[in-house]
Amino acid sequence: MTITKDTVKKISKLSRISTNSKFEEEMIKDLNSIIKFVDQLNELNIDKVEPLSSVVNEKATLREDEVKKMNAKNDILKNSPEDNENYYVVPKVIE
Amino acid sequence: MNNKFNYYLKGKKGEYEVVIGLEVHAQILSEAKLFSPSATKFGQEPNSQVSLVDAAMPGMLPVINKFCVEQAIKTGLGLNAKINNFSIFDRKNYFYADLPQGYQISQYKNPIVGEGKVILDMPYGTKEIGIERLHLEQDAGKSLHDQDPNNSFVDLNRSGIALMEIVSKPDLSSPEEVSVYIKKLRSIMRYLNTCDGNMEEGSLRADVNVSVRKKGSKDFGTRCEIKNMNSIKFIQQAIDFEAYRQIELIEDGKAVNQETRLFDNKKQETRSMRSKEDAHDYRYFPDPDLLPLKLDSDFIENIKKKLPELPDQKKQRLINEFKLSSYEAGVIISDKETSAYYENVAKNSDYKLASNWLTVELFAVLNKQNKNISDSPVSSINLAKLINLIKNNTISGKIAKTVFEEMVKTDGDPEKIVIDRGLKQQSDPKELEKIISKILENNGDKVKQYKSGKEKLFGFFVGQAMKETEGKGNPNLINDILKKMLK
Repeated sequence: MTITKDTVKKISKLSRISTNSKFEEEMIKDLNSIIKFVDQLNELNIDKVEPLSSVVNEKATLREDEVKKMNAKNDILKNSPEDNENYYVVPKVIE
Repeated sequence: MNNKFNYYLKGKKGEYEVVIGLEVHAQILSEAKLFSPSATKFGQEPNSQVSLVDAAMPGMLPVINKFCVEQAIKTGLGLNAKINNFSIFDRKNYFYADLPQGYQISQYKNPIVGEGKVILDMPYGTKEIGIERLHLEQDAGKSLHDQDPNNSFVDLNRSGIALMEIVSKPDLSSPEEVSVYIKKLRSIMRYLNTCDGNMEEGSLRADVNVSVRKKGSKDFGTRCEIKNMNSIKFIQQAIDFEAYRQIELIEDGKAVNQETRLFDNKKQETRSMRSKEDAHDYRYFPDPDLLPLKLDSDFIENIKKKLPELPDQKKQRLINEFKLSSYEAGVIISDKETSAYYENVAKNSDYKLASNWLTVELFAVLNKQNKNISDSPVSSINLAKLINLIKNNTISGKIAKTVFEEMVKTDGDPEKIVIDRGLKQQSDPKELEKIISKILENNGDKVKQYKSGKEKLFGFFVGQAMKETEGKGNPNLINDILKKMLK
């Protein structure tokens, strides 16, 4: 796999990070060298190895279905640049 | 009712069939959310049921709600599906204002429930619909777009509520089948108490995949996905519109684009959603905050043992126990409350009459008043009493309808209504004989005509007797007496 200018542009768009051509050039260089390093793993034969979903050999702990009242509305809304009638207010987003 | 499948759509160049698959999102009934202890109540003050986990504050860790896992397993068992002892939670990445994490925790390659099936009763026979999988995921928050001209308002109360996504195989072939399928899923989940199935409140929503192909073809056409539908009626309209749109494209020699579309019920059309080119790049990967879900067989077996009677089993039992037809039983079991009501009436009166009175008379009233069986104006005890009054000849079936009307108005006790209004059936043979001989005396000419072969006049005599008794004469007795006296 090779990282091109298009790949960088696509990743920037998906992660909502704005770029400029200098940044893009740097990224192409950095990401390609990272990929090249990680690509060494492809030398291994893993035909008979199950994908690893967690590095800890434990199973998930389960919680009981109990409500903890923690109306943190006022604290939480402080993180919003704007709020109205207990709603977060964000720039219009609609398809 | 049409007894043959006939949903084929006519184009200019031949007939087409429609291939439909559904992704149904069902909100799990639980007290707390899937990964946080916030409440799940509907219709609360905005952002009042949001924990730091739901708001995706840095450093917060999700912990799975055991009951939600059980609910998913119950539903899986209700769908005759394979329960997976090992499943994994993945992150589905996308940006939207009502998704504070920037990703939805879902299950991708290893869902908690695998393949299953649902049986549909169609007028043309039973049809099996394959279930591809059921997985657990978080619901997103809710955005309101119509409160302000420049802004959207976001309420995170729904954020993090547990959802089951139930994916069907592309086995559905008409809007009618889709409607029956959704109702069947809803009925199964209501029996299991895993989802309330309330489409208006959004606890049951569906994405609908539609494609078309020439009638009889085995190939699949390119499909479009119609997103986020929460009304069976609109789903049916959307499928119909979308199928014709695709047929038109194909016949004009154009290609159907695989894309996501929205249904506009006011304009009765589907239209393409913007920004589709990136929409499907979700970059799934296992959520490092959550360990794999490993379930031992005992855990699953225990749930299996405690499963309640399911719609299909109940239907079979009603057919065996009460000798109902498959159709009648199907109507009665369609929801839990109706079948409980029926069993109450049937056990305390007559199972056959109970089915007739429930599905014909009471359903008509409920439809007219736009009510559910749970707020029926006539209680099951009173309906059973009414049926018993017919059975023991206190009133005729015809008078029973008058009593029933009164019961609907007043929620009254039928026994009392019959006494108060003097509706008791006249079943004294001597009294009836007296009345009938008088009628025959007064209508000597008609008796002569009858005896010389004009047998149609029998109905006239019955009518007269009914008139004389003000509709209260026992019709069977009147028939018998007339037959005897007219010999």
